[in-house]
Amino acid sequence: MNIIVCVKQVLDPELPPSAFKIDPEAKKAIAPRDRAPVISPFDENAVEAALRIKDAHGGTITTLCLGRDLDMAVVKKPLSMGADELVLLQDDAFEGSDSFATAYALATAIKKIGEFDLIFCGRQSADWDAGQVGSGIAELLGIPSVTPAQKIEIKDGKVVVERVVADGYEIVEVSPPALITVSNELGEPRYPTMKGIMVAKKKTATVWTAQDLGLDRSMIGASAAKSKMLKLFIPVREARCEFVAGETAEEFGANLALKLREAKLL
Amino acid sequence: MAEYKGVLICGEVTEGRLESFSLELLGIGRKLADDLGQELGAVLLGSGIGDAAKEAILFGADKVYVVDDPLLKDYQTDSYTAVMEKVCKQLLPDILLLGQGAIGRDLAPRLAFRLGTGVTMDCIELAIDPETKLMVQTKPVYGGNALAVLVCEQTKPQIATIRVKAMAPLERDDSRTGEIISIPAELDPAAMRTKVLDKVKEEVVGIKLEDARVVVCGGRGIGGPEGFSQLEEVAKLLGGAVGATRPPCDSGWVAAHLQVGLTGKIVTPDVYVGIGLSGSSQHIAGISGAKNIIAINKDPEANIFRVAHYGAVGDYKKVLPTFIQKCTELLSG
Repeated sequence: MNIIVCVKQVLDPELPPSAFKIDPEAKKAIAPRDRAPVISPFDENAVEAALRIKDAHGGTITTLCLGRDLDMAVVKKPLSMGADELVLLQDDAFEGSDSFATAYALATAIKKIGEFDLIFCGRQSADWDAGQVGSGIAELLGIPSVTPAQKIEIKDGKVVVERVVADGYEIVEVSPPALITVSNELGEPRYPTMKGIMVAKKKTATVWTAQDLGLDRSMIGASAAKSKMLKLFIPVREARCEFVAGETAEEFGANLALKLREAKLL
Repeated sequence: MAEYKGVLICGEVTEGRLESFSLELLGIGRKLADDLGQELGAVLLGSGIGDAAKEAILFGADKVYVVDDPLLKDYQTDSYTAVMEKVCKQLLPDILLLGQGAIGRDLAPRLAFRLGTGVTMDCIELAIDPETKLMVQTKPVYGGNALAVLVCEQTKPQIATIRVKAMAPLERDDSRTGEIISIPAELDPAAMRTKVLDKVKEEVVGIKLEDARVVVCGGRGIGGPEGFSQLEEVAKLLGGAVGATRPPCDSGWVAAHLQVGLTGKIVTPDVYVGIGLSGSSQHIAGISGAKNIIAINKDPEANIFRVAHYGAVGDYKKVLPTFIQKCTELLSG
């Protein structure tokens, strides 16, 4: 099985909310200087899903990443986990691209890569939380999609996917080529091994620009966005926490119960 | 450009009944339609829709479009997208709303790409701009750390999915009348490229998280599956259900379907107790509708205290036993 995994570099979502800052004028989040970006967590789940299939059935894994200001140490992580190739789509022309433009660029790059059986994406990115790009790539390539998955297995040449729904999961069968998005229910992604990190260091990424892909300029970048952002802001939290009194944890426990009774919550 | 008019919601029907968040869609859809002075339509896809169409009228729809076909029994991307594409091209709605559930979050983007229009996922607020008459869409981004306000100016329909429990349904009004219109699915089974082999329902012991009046959640700080039995005890005592943040689910300490947050369950209990969890934005997104938030964490700087109403700073292992003891005393006395 040859698998293409689309990954995105994002601001570390584990950043404490108190350290999260935005530039309201530019309508953008400000990247903190002291914190490196990461691969969007669901995309790491997608890499893990691909690695599990490679472990069981062989094949190659190509990771594909679109963005500006990409940090090589970050975008090479899938290689150090065990992926084979890395293709970067880097161009200032992508600045301000929405899900549509991103899916268009990624789908075009996937056509250029050529042969593949499966495409995996994270269920949604940790910055915009939209979850549109995967379905968009599938639509543009005219292939079926299943979203979001907690388990992906190959049986007799078919792909059997456990699709997460509110009260459990559905078992869905699809034939390749297909696109599947992956959710955290798949389980923790593996850590890169020392050997993996050394191998990744030596690998060079293929870098393509908008021109290399022959992209229609009117379909990428901020001017092509389907929706216009009017405003980006950090909501004000109104709650003020009342800490229970006491000297020891044991007292806190008892006093918390009393407090809840006082507030008529118990 | 052809004239796009009216608000259309895409409802979900399970076993002949409208899903509760379809009622929430009807509620906000009614408001937007009234603000525009236009009709509210509801499209229901499935097999054996029955009385759900009538129910949609009682909860606010002027017209209900029913696409009832055995091929629509299970949700499948190909069949639902094809039918919705056809319905949208026939009805030309100005606005289309879907729920941010298992169907909407898959269907909405695929449909938007097919129709070549914009979609905003997981909105928590929608309004009509009085001047432009466009739908102003507010959506949490960066895991809920920020809110983005968007409009889709150039293309129609304007599509949005709505976060579960973010909008209030209308009261059922038995005097409401409306029209029920049947639309044939005209599906080609050969064009359906996926097959649902089975559906597995997670077994729920006790009260469902979504329905619970009290929700007790644990995080990474619980330390392992054993700690969760203590949370079970608290939940049982308070008549609630246990949930978890992502790490305990990913580590297998608790079942995956207990995950509360942005991509898990959205809960709106009267009382929420967060224990040994930092209060990541992703988790807060799932509990922001809770009326009273109580937090127990040994780190006074933990983010959960920024949203909590009552807090206790301490090791949960030491706080809980006396908390349980006192609660038992108070409840029996």
